Amino acid sequence: MMAANIDETVKVDREALFQLALRLGDTSLILGHRLSEWAGHAPILDEDIALSNLGLDLIGQARSFLTYAGEVEGRGRDEDTLAYLRNAPEYRNLLMVELPRGDFAFTMMRQFLFSAFQLPLYQKLMQSRDKTLAAISAKAEKEMAYHLRHSSQWVVRLGDGTEESHQRVQNALNTLWTYTGEMFETDASLKALIEAGVYCDPASIRDIWNKTINDVLEQATLTRPETGWMQSGSLSGRHSEHLSHLLAEMQSVQRAYPGLKW
Amino acid sequence: MAAERIITADNASAELLERARSALNTVCDPEIPVLTIEDLGVLRDVSITENECVQVVITPTYSGCPAMNTISMDIETALNKVDIDKVKVELVLSPAWTTEWMSEEGRQKLLEYGIAPPVTGGTRGSLFGEAEIACPQCGSKNTEKLAEFGSTACKALYRCKACLEPFDYFKCL
Repeated sequence: MMAANIDETVKVDREALFQLALRLGDTSLILGHRLSEWAGHAPILDEDIALSNLGLDLIGQARSFLTYAGEVEGRGRDEDTLAYLRNAPEYRNLLMVELPRGDFAFTMMRQFLFSAFQLPLYQKLMQSRDKTLAAISAKAEKEMAYHLRHSSQWVVRLGDGTEESHQRVQNALNTLWTYTGEMFETDASLKALIEAGVYCDPASIRDIWNKTINDVLEQATLTRPETGWMQSGSLSGRHSEHLSHLLAEMQSVQRAYPGLKW
Repeated sequence: MAAERIITADNASAELLERARSALNTVCDPEIPVLTIEDLGVLRDVSITENECVQVVITPTYSGCPAMNTISMDIETALNKVDIDKVKVELVLSPAWTTEWMSEEGRQKLLEYGIAPPVTGGTRGSLFGEAEIACPQCGSKNTEKLAEFGSTACKALYRCKACLEPFDYFKCL
């Protein structure tokens, strides 16, 4: 149904563009799925609804990106085929988003670290020479502004809250920190897309991201971890064990009844 | 005696377009049934393509709006009812939907239904609900936000401190 015609005026390697659309789509899909796990389990009803809403936005963004990925690939795969019938090594999501949801502090800290990057990324991609990526980003950018605001408020509330909430959100930050480097990673095919004006250089987002992180962590009375060794692997499909477990659940119906529709 | 009406391809498709448009006027948002998809600004275009196929272009409010599938089906059903069987519903993302597209009539209907319409002049301030939101029941601006995310993706939950009624606010996007 989605009209996502490929922009023929932009000459880029189809495989590279396919991989980029997967990266954006998979990252949104997996984080959206992790948020959906909170439905019925959040600490308060308002937050249960909020997390579902954030998850819904992300899954909506994923549908657009994966539909486009399928068109770019040109082998007849649609959003459902790509989401339900690929194995973990074919997924291109950031490692950070596949980690188990943890406690509420972990979920909120991850949402904050991610949204603080994704908002400026979408703002840059609105200028992408690829019209479909620009259109999806323009839509997603407004949603991401709400995600960043909501998660920032919670990081401050938890960090500057009780001894217990402070410790939990600081622990979350310490664990997640080594996963933040991946957001800024590029490889040869992403570099070619940056060169062509299709993707944006993530290095150009680093200052904005640092400022958001530092401002919020200061308000939250949290300590920014030292930047050292960083996790890496998703660009080449090397994931943690957690992704396979997530996919086993998310894909179970399509795996048991291939092609099932309702 | 009036001149016999000459049926040409042009006025046949003009009639078809008119019939399609008035049928589409009955299609409402499934979550806010007082608003038509035209009031909401979700309906972007109606045209006749080859073989008298009616093409309807819609745009989602939020990326993950679960109402889009229902709206597409409702469009087909409404057109089928007026004997239009060749229908193509197309979803476009660009330009991105904004609450600014909601018609004045739509805003009024929303208010009467008990939902505070989005404040106009959508700046980042109004996007984040920093503007004053008037209570749809008593009109007081002495209101407070209870939850940023309400019953649907497009709404936030507020409470009026004057009449004490809770109410939904249609967020700016």
